Amino acid sequence: MEEAEVEVESNRDNVEVAPALIAVHPDQTSVAVAVGPDLRVFDLLSGSAASLVDECGAPFHKDSIRAIRYGPRGKLFVSAGDDKTVKIWSTESWRCVCTVSSEKRVSAVAISEDGCHVCFADKFGVVWVVDVPGSDGHVALGDRKPTPLLSHYCSIIPSLEFSPDGRFIVSADRDFKIRVTNFPKKPLNGAHEIQSFCLAHTEFVSCLAFVCSPECPQGLLVSGSGDSTVRLWDISSGVLLDTCVVAAKAGLLESNGEAEEHSHAVTDLCTTLNGSLIAVAIQSLQGIVLLSCDVSAQTLSVSKVVSILGEAFVPTSLGFCPHEGKLWMVTGVSSLPSCNYPSLARVRVISGIDVEQEPVVVGDDKIPGREKLLETLQGSASVDESAFLAAAEAVKTAMCNLLIKKQYPSDNRESRKKTRNDRKLKN
Amino acid sequence: MPETEVKATISKSTGLPRKRFYRARAHSNPLSDSHFPVPISPSQFDYSLHYPQIFPSSDQVDGSRKVQFADIGCGFGGLLISLSTLFPETLMIGMELRDKVTEYVKERILSLRVTNPGQYQNVSVVRTNSMKYIPNYFEKTQLTKMFFLFPDPHFKEKNHRRRVISPFLLDEYAYVLKPGGVIYTITDVEELGDWMKSCLENHPMFEALTEKELEADPVVKLLSSATEEGQKVARNGGQTFQAVCRRIVPSDQTS
Repeated sequence: MEEAEVEVESNRDNVEVAPALIAVHPDQTSVAVAVGPDLRVFDLLSGSAASLVDECGAPFHKDSIRAIRYGPRGKLFVSAGDDKTVKIWSTESWRCVCTVSSEKRVSAVAISEDGCHVCFADKFGVVWVVDVPGSDGHVALGDRKPTPLLSHYCSIIPSLEFSPDGRFIVSADRDFKIRVTNFPKKPLNGAHEIQSFCLAHTEFVSCLAFVCSPECPQGLLVSGSGDSTVRLWDISSGVLLDTCVVAAKAGLLESNGEAEEHSHAVTDLCTTLNGSLIAVAIQSLQGIVLLSCDVSAQTLSVSKVVSILGEAFVPTSLGFCPHEGKLWMVTGVSSLPSCNYPSLARVRVISGIDVEQEPVVVGDDKIPGREKLLETLQGSASVDESAFLAAAEAVKTAMCNLLIKKQYPSDNRESRKKTRNDRKLKN
Repeated sequence: MPETEVKATISKSTGLPRKRFYRARAHSNPLSDSHFPVPISPSQFDYSLHYPQIFPSSDQVDGSRKVQFADIGCGFGGLLISLSTLFPETLMIGMELRDKVTEYVKERILSLRVTNPGQYQNVSVVRTNSMKYIPNYFEKTQLTKMFFLFPDPHFKEKNHRRRVISPFLLDEYAYVLKPGGVIYTITDVEELGDWMKSCLENHPMFEALTEKELEADPVVKLLSSATEEGQKVARNGGQTFQAVCRRIVPSDQTS
C-alpha cells in the first residue's frame, strides 16, 4: 500500500444513495428486493406479492435498507439498514417476529447455520449478535437487545458470513482485511478467539461467499474487493490460495491498460450449484462474470462473461436458487437526485448456470412469476431504461464515498487545522 | 516561525536528536485515516529496512527470526532503548501514531547505533495506527511481549471506545501474542488503570500474573522508570497503576 495524494472531489453527492438488493429463498418459494426503505417480497408459490405484517406499521424501515438475507434453512428473513433497525421476519407468515435496535446504521447481516443467531455489523465496525430461540418464526419475540460479538476498529464492514460448518464467522472491512473468528458455543459472551486474518486485498473487501463441495465440506472462502480481484482463501490458516483479476479478465480495462481509478470494484458475489461456479458483479460491467473454482486444485478461473444486451443493466446485487439453477439479479438505487422517480429497480434472471449448459438471460415473459413478479419487485412492470445508466453511476459514486478513504491534499492541511483549539491559542 | 539560521536538530555534543524539534501534541486522533504505508500482510514487513545489520538484504530474511516485543504507543522510545540492551538477542519494534515523535525515535536509534557499535541493532520504530493494523505487522502468536505504557486516557465516556485497551482490541492482541506471552500496561490515571485491569481480567484469553511472578520479571520495574512519562510521574510524586497479564489458552478451546 502506498501513500498517495489525490485531489478531493469537490462535488461529492450529499445524498447517500443505496443500491437495490435481492435475495432468493433457498427453495425459491419467494424472492425479496429492497430498494431504499422499501421491502418488496413476491411469493412464487401463490404467484402474488406477499403482505408484510409488522406491529410498527408501514413503512417498516424508515431509511434505506442496506442488507437483506434469508436464513440457511429458509425459515427466517432479515432486513436491516440506515434506520438503525434489524427486522427478523418469518418467511411463512411474513410477520416481523423481532425488531432489534442498533446504535449505528447497519451495513451487513448474517444468520447462523442453525438459525439460532442473527449477527449484524454497524458502521463503526462492531458486529452484534442476537439470539432467536424457537427460530421457526412462529413465536413473536418482541424487541431484543443485541450484545457485541467482535469489532473491526473504526472500519465499515460491508460483508459478514458464517462458514458452512458453522464454526467460524467471517467479517470483511474497508481497511482491506478479512477476519475469521471462531463462533463460540455462547456467542452472547463475545467471540474472542480469532482463527486467522486473510490479508492480501489492496482495497476495501465488499463481498464474501463460501464454496463447498463434497471433498471440502468446511468450504473455501471467496472474497471480492474494490481492487477488482476475487480471491480464494483457506480460512483455517488465512492463506491466499488464488487470485483472479476479474476486471482485466472480463476485458473491462481500456486497451492501453489504464483503468479509471476504482471504477471496477467487485460489488457482489454469489456461489452457485455446489459452488463450482461463482457469479460476480462488477461496477461498470453490464452483466456478470462466471468464475469456476476447482476445489481440489484450489484455483479460480474465468469460465464465462455473460452480457445483458438490450439495456444498461449493471447488477447491484445477486441471488442464486440452487434447485432451479437460476441466478437472480437486480439493479437499482434508492433515489436519484435528478430523476423523477424516487427509486428504481430492475430484476433479471439468468438460467442455465451449470458447467454443461449455456447461461441464458431469461426474457421478462419467461421469468418465474412473470409480470406480476416484476410489477411487485420493480415497482412497475416496465421501467424507463434511460435512468439506469445514471443509477449505475450514482451507485458507483456512493460506494466510493462510503468505502474508499478520503484523500486530503497536503497543501491546504494547515488551513484545515485552523479551527483546532491548540492552533487558535497561538499568537 | 521565521528561520534565520539552520537549526541543528541533532545535538553536536551527544549525537542524539534534540527533543524540542520533535515536539508534538500528546494526543493524536486514532480515528483519522492518515496515510502512511502499511504492509499488506506480515510477510511484507521489511526486516532489512528496520534491522539492516541483522538482515543486510531482503533475501536474507528467512522467517526464522521475527519481532517478538512490541511497544504500542512508544512515544519518545524510552522503554525500547532500555529493553534493547536488556534483551540483545530479541527483535523489538515501537509503534507510534504521531509522525514527529516517530521521526525522533528513528533519529535516536540511528545515533545510538553509531555511538554504540554492535548495539541497538535489534530495535526499530514504525509510524502506524496500531488499533487498525496490528494484524498487518504480526502473525498469529508471533509476539512474546506487548507494552502499553501511559496510553491516552480518552476521559470522556463517549471516547472510551478510542482507548487502546478495550475488550475488542484485546481479541487482536491475544491473536498476535503467543500463549504464555505477556501484556504490560501502566498509567497514572486511576480510572484508566481500573478500566485496563478489568478489561484484561474479564477477557477469556488473559490471566493476571501473580505477585511472585511480577517480582521475578525484570521488565516490570522498567514500566514506571524507563519512559519520559514514567519519569515525569515520579518527579511529580504521582501514583501509577499497572496491570500485567499472560496470554492463555482458554480451557474450552482447541488452539
